[in-house]
Amino acid sequence: MAGVGHAHLREGDKVLAVEDLVVEFKVARGATVKAVSGISFDVLRGETLGIVGESGCGKSTTGRAIMQIPKPTSGSIVFEGQDLTKLGTNDLRKARTKVQMIFQDPISSLNPRRTVRDSVMEPLDIWGRGTKAERELLVDEILESVGIDPQRAAESRPHQFSGGQCQRISVARALVLDPTLIICDEPVSALDVSVQAQVLNLLEDLKAKFGLTLVFIAHDLAVVKNISDRVAVMYLGKLCEVASSDDLYARPAHPYTNVLLKSIPEPDPDADHSSASIIGEPPSPVNPPSGCRFHPRCPNADDLCAREEPELRPMGDGHFVACHHPVEVAVTVGAASGAQSDAPSD
Amino acid sequence: MSVTSPTGLGVSRSTSDGPLLVLDDLKTHFRTERGLVRAVDGVSLTMERGESLGVVGESGSGKTVLSRSIMGLLPSTAVNHGSVKFAGQEILGLPTKQMRHLWGAEMSMVFQNPLNSLNPLMRIGKQITESLRLHLDMDKSNAEATAVQLLRDVHIPEPEKRLRQYPHELSGGMRQRVMIAIALACGPTLLLADEPTTALDVTVQAQILDVINEQRRDRNMSVILVTHDLGVVAGHTDQVAVMYGGRLVERAPTRTLFANMKMPYTKSLMRSIPKLDDPSHTRLATIPGRPPDLVNPPQGCRFAPRCAYVRDKCRTEEPPLVQADSPDHVYACWYPVGSPEFIERDAEVKASGLLTASAGVGMAG
Amino acid sequence: MTDLTRSSGHDTDHPHLDDAAASLVPAIAGIESHEVPGDGTEVAAKRRVGWGFWVSVAWIAMVVLAAILAPWLPIDDPEVTQPTRVGERPPYPPGSEFWFGTDQLNRDMFSRTIWGARTSLTVGFVAIAFGMLVGGTLGMLAGYFRGKFDQGVSFVFVVLLSFPALVLAILITALLDRSLFTISVTLGILSVAPVGRVARASTISFADREFVLASRTLGAKNPRIIVRELLPNVVIPMSALALLGMAVAVVAEGGLAFLGLSVEKGSTWGKLILNGASSSRDLQEAPWMSFAPIIVLFLTVLALNFAGDRLRDYFDVKEAAL
Repeated sequence: MAGVGHAHLREGDKVLAVEDLVVEFKVARGATVKAVSGISFDVLRGETLGIVGESGCGKSTTGRAIMQIPKPTSGSIVFEGQDLTKLGTNDLRKARTKVQMIFQDPISSLNPRRTVRDSVMEPLDIWGRGTKAERELLVDEILESVGIDPQRAAESRPHQFSGGQCQRISVARALVLDPTLIICDEPVSALDVSVQAQVLNLLEDLKAKFGLTLVFIAHDLAVVKNISDRVAVMYLGKLCEVASSDDLYARPAHPYTNVLLKSIPEPDPDADHSSASIIGEPPSPVNPPSGCRFHPRCPNADDLCAREEPELRPMGDGHFVACHHPVEVAVTVGAASGAQSDAPSD
Repeated sequence: MSVTSPTGLGVSRSTSDGPLLVLDDLKTHFRTERGLVRAVDGVSLTMERGESLGVVGESGSGKTVLSRSIMGLLPSTAVNHGSVKFAGQEILGLPTKQMRHLWGAEMSMVFQNPLNSLNPLMRIGKQITESLRLHLDMDKSNAEATAVQLLRDVHIPEPEKRLRQYPHELSGGMRQRVMIAIALACGPTLLLADEPTTALDVTVQAQILDVINEQRRDRNMSVILVTHDLGVVAGHTDQVAVMYGGRLVERAPTRTLFANMKMPYTKSLMRSIPKLDDPSHTRLATIPGRPPDLVNPPQGCRFAPRCAYVRDKCRTEEPPLVQADSPDHVYACWYPVGSPEFIERDAEVKASGLLTASAGVGMAG
Repeated sequence: MTDLTRSSGHDTDHPHLDDAAASLVPAIAGIESHEVPGDGTEVAAKRRVGWGFWVSVAWIAMVVLAAILAPWLPIDDPEVTQPTRVGERPPYPPGSEFWFGTDQLNRDMFSRTIWGARTSLTVGFVAIAFGMLVGGTLGMLAGYFRGKFDQGVSFVFVVLLSFPALVLAILITALLDRSLFTISVTLGILSVAPVGRVARASTISFADREFVLASRTLGAKNPRIIVRELLPNVVIPMSALALLGMAVAVVAEGGLAFLGLSVEKGSTWGKLILNGASSSRDLQEAPWMSFAPIIVLFLTVLALNFAGDRLRDYFDVKEAAL
């Protein structure tokens, strides 16, 4: 699995370019958690990059590292031409207005003691933008565009709203400073299925309306596929595979991606529901395996995998995989037969 | 029929031939300051031995309260009506003393968050053998041997070593397996699993569900799987019961349900889930609004305020459970999927794009 | 209904029951109420503090008011010996003339108790105010910044907690004086650590929440985050603690008086109690001299404790519903 591959980086109008990002934490008893161990990726303007992986893979840490919370151990994060890691506190604060974040827990993302409208207005207050009347107007407008009644927002606190509504309020707050890039850290994981769809649709609409670029971090592959243009799969701090959404799901090349896809329970009784051949439990990020980090659990692993870390190699069509023995054969996962189409129009 | 499980324990101790579990108009209400919360408001179903039932619903649907009601694990503010017959015996409202004989021995429960469900200060081995010694009167060495076998049954590597470990030393997936082992220790006839995999990674989830299924087959045990995930239900259950607003709105054998959904709610739910086969950026169908207030449920059909196919009758009269094409498929809707009214409205809805309305509609919630 | 609509989640804390059941509170007296306030989304939490809370608040208010207005109330001067009765020597038992009786010098116990309240309550109030200000601030800063600063402050707290309170009181009063100010501040210093620890713990738990992180990503600087995001949240458990702390301070003052270490001038409840219990003969023959202030002290402390407790429960429950 790569850390040391840049083959998948592209040319073009990049809003975000992350190179060789390393994030490590010291924990008790002198151990170091190697949460992210050298990943690189880029996001073109107007694109949605999905970062997917299970718990402990480092995807949330990556999202926060982009925001410099905390500052990464090493690597560069170039946002609109500026390397955020090299900025001083004040410059960083200013740069941050253009990069915003949405979190997983909708209720705890809002201050319980303040009215919702106040919370959304807060960024404008911090930066002193416009007059009071102008701020109120902007806030009301944005609240309406996320489907929240501004009147109600002015009088109510977060606990009076549902999880889905709170998440929409958080989105509104993120939009108020007119950002270029929004990082979504598992924004729908804590929501009911029907509410999830509302928020996902909302993000797509707002992206189009405000010309946003998104980084969407999640563990639910179906959700990530739905909202992303390009998907990066992470495992234990490394990138396994990067490809366009449709490509990744149609032709997964990395064994881990394969396992992930097979493990998703499809709402179709005729689909294959047996658990994929994956061995054991994820190892601890304090002591990651040598060579390819996935090799102890990979059904195809051999000596090479234990010795040498694979680099990201092109598979064609913007599809890159970090594996010594990528799966060459196309595997259609999840569909019983290609003819079935479960598009909403049935 | 008595099958011996790998641990050597006989199962199906009760000898009655009828269905294992019969719920008849089960109601569970809670008295609160705000009023009477009708968490479960009239659920009837039947379960056979060795069968797997999935109970599907979102927040506020009452699915968790349902499983607790069956087990009898409710707080004192709960008020129960109706009947729950387990192996022919009425167990609703039985005092805790009597329920204790059933818990662990005949019916067991696996909860959502294994970190919260395991005693952090007790070694794993003790937590398993506790149950064995209590219900089956085993001596220490016998119980330990059984515990090791149980851990092996749920595919935990190095089971002898695990006996001496504490919960925090294990990963989430392993803890959940231990929970299952504890639940299975005395060979219960019924296992209730309340969102057993929600807090776990998707690869681990698949493994846990397999373990549950394997044990079910080996022990001829019945399983009630409570979940919000239609995908989980599709692959691991024989029968599915869909709950909404405290009521049972559709029940059918799994395959029948997915092939022939009658309730617009179930259908809308299916449509709002992103599927792997769909191309990226497929517009998801949404269900506007929020689940109903269980203190003051809407008059008529509880889903009416959110249903895109609603008509006047739905708002005033509550639809009863009726049979679909086969007797084991029931649903509660005046204008189900496939009816002329539904088809008519479906065309309108698709034409106007309401079906794929964006979150702006959510203002009502 | 506080509908959290949580279903799937990764390492999020899920309530085990549906949220409807999770927000359970046994109905008062088990009566089913079918009235739903507003649009049903807000739980009528106010009723939860209960009538006991309001009774306590009323008592405290009454005592405080009496203490403040003492100079203007139509009561006897607490230091002046009242005219004695023919044939009877003071102290006189409670009656229609002297509601709480009189002491050995025939001073009106009722008015002495009220004037005693002035000092005792002031000590209690100043002590806890000092503790809140100093301890609360230190605790909040320690909880927010963590690291070396936190380690230092926590160490200071531990030292303060380990230092025998009595020895500190004796030292300070011996070195300085026994004025109202000194005694109050001494008790205040002793309350810094307990208050500070609660403030620190509360701050840590809130600082972990995502809205604080959000504030930072929006560009807020630390002072703003502490004052606008954390303080309004931390103030709540702190105010419940304030009431409880005041009760402790008032009792502590009583204890100091017994050791002869309390405020020099004027009367306090502690001194009154001491005066009434200084000899066993007084206690047997004129128990009202100490019991009157004891009962008033007890009721006031009880009211403070009870109100503080109910307040804490009220806010805890609301927190849980979040």
